[in-house]
Amino acid sequence: MLYTPSLEYTYFSLCSLNEESANGSIKKTTVEELLMRIVRHLLGAAIAAAVISSPVMAAELTGTLKKVKDSGTITLGHRDSSIPFSYFADASGKPVGYSHDIQVAIVEHLKKELGAPDLKVRYNLVTSQTRIPLVQNGTVDVECGSTTNNVERQQQVDFSVGIFEVGTRLLAKKNSAYKDFPDLKGKNVVTTAGTTSERLLKSMNADKQMGMNVISAKDHGESFNMLESGRAVAFMMDDALLAGEMAKAKKPTDWEVTGTPQSYEIYGCMVRKGDAPFKKAVDDAIVALYKSGEINKIYDKWFTQPIPPKGLNLQFPMSEELKELIANPTDKAADEKKS
Amino acid sequence: MNYNWDWGVFFKSTGVGSETYLDWYITGLGWTIAIAIAAWIIALLLGSLLGVMRTVPNRLVSGIATAYVELFRNVPLLVQLFIWYFLIPDLLPEGLQEWYKQDLDPTTSALISVVVCLGLFTAARVCEQVRTGIQALPRGQEAAARAMGFSLSQIYTNVLLPQAYRIIIPPLTSEFLNVFKNSSVASLIGLMELLAQTKQTAEFSANLFEAFTLATLIYFTLNMGLMLLMRLVEKKVSVPGLISVGGK
Repeated sequence: MLYTPSLEYTYFSLCSLNEESANGSIKKTTVEELLMRIVRHLLGAAIAAAVISSPVMAAELTGTLKKVKDSGTITLGHRDSSIPFSYFADASGKPVGYSHDIQVAIVEHLKKELGAPDLKVRYNLVTSQTRIPLVQNGTVDVECGSTTNNVERQQQVDFSVGIFEVGTRLLAKKNSAYKDFPDLKGKNVVTTAGTTSERLLKSMNADKQMGMNVISAKDHGESFNMLESGRAVAFMMDDALLAGEMAKAKKPTDWEVTGTPQSYEIYGCMVRKGDAPFKKAVDDAIVALYKSGEINKIYDKWFTQPIPPKGLNLQFPMSEELKELIANPTDKAADEKKS
Repeated sequence: MNYNWDWGVFFKSTGVGSETYLDWYITGLGWTIAIAIAAWIIALLLGSLLGVMRTVPNRLVSGIATAYVELFRNVPLLVQLFIWYFLIPDLLPEGLQEWYKQDLDPTTSALISVVVCLGLFTAARVCEQVRTGIQALPRGQEAAARAMGFSLSQIYTNVLLPQAYRIIIPPLTSEFLNVFKNSSVASLIGLMELLAQTKQTAEFSANLFEAFTLATLIYFTLNMGLMLLMRLVEKKVSVPGLISVGGK
């Protein structure tokens, strides 16, 4: 009861903000201006709450933290087939994986920070197409899967500090002639639609006139089908995901991850843009995992030990790039970091 | 919702060669039209044949056509596409299989799969339209033609079909538009038609809403144009005094 007026106030002020921001983008309102306005609106809501209701601890919370505290529920966005990051291993409807373990650590951290030990977790499956809008419109509070942090996406959402770093490489038959990218001239090469690898492969094809036939499959599983059924001689993707697909093969030993990495990608968890307190809480939770060395246990669990559902071992030791990321956490994209 | 609108995104470079996102849409539209027209030709020819088969006075012939319709109408389009794309090529003889999967351009093999799939799927629906068109004619028409000494094939080509086609132009128009809309399933087997280009634009630019809004407008305009065209055809071929009147 006490919170109702403040909630409504926040709701309406955010609604009016929406229109302003929609118009604002035409007038090229800067992000800072928009942020200031959000902060002002939310401050207004907080003050209203403080005046109308008795001053309670939630008064200083804003944005997602307030929403989570008030509703007693946090919604986690996850994937269904990003092995071993976030995927289904059984019929429980709950995901498992490296990124999911990090998500769980974030939830535990929030429970402490918000003083809400019985915080409920709701799972929301996302795809590569739905993940950004669902974070933006408030359906999903935090998405951890295999989402690359890049500059285009930073226009729409904020990224946590990086949780993983991959190189984009190739998966091919072990004893084949296809060891690296120059070997692929004039061949059929598959990659997954909507990924950075797709962009890189198409650019490489255009720039170096390699005459490759680039096939864009709808997900990693289907890309691997194309490779396994012989429609493509190689599959370009993030190396960790390639190891995951290889583990699913009929005969995993027939395949190998090969080739010079064409780019490095940092995965991050996505949160709503401009919600600094919530982003900080998420970052703190992840950095705590790095500081305590807990991350090594999580890494080993998913990359060097048998994983569900089939008990396969990816045998994918931690890369130098990831060690570096864990030592110096950053929320920048991989190419921003270098330049 | 905290969304960063940018309608200028379509004129930005995609980072692949010197293409803009708008170029992708134009290429995609070209593929969509190519798939739809090719599939429609198969659908119209095969559908007409099956439609006639369903109405001829021969149990076996009409039974075959009925079985075809039930099979192709009751299995989801997407399932049929995956069968044509993943399963059927594996049933080809060894040498041909290698050629189809390795040497043939992947776009071509995807195009073959989707055109055959969409053509055969839509044929089942066209068949039903043709059948109802024929059955909507008064029975006296066929009887009169018989009495005049027409053979069965003459009855169909000179009496029944010319009238039936005129009656079914409106439902056929709707099937024609469906072919264009259904061609979007091709995006799932890596053929870069309009929807695939839209998804790619959304992923690369992170401007999902702009990308899908443009796709919506393109599909809508395309189908609206086709509808008006078909209405024109209907008026043009209408014969005064017959049941089909083209709206007036």
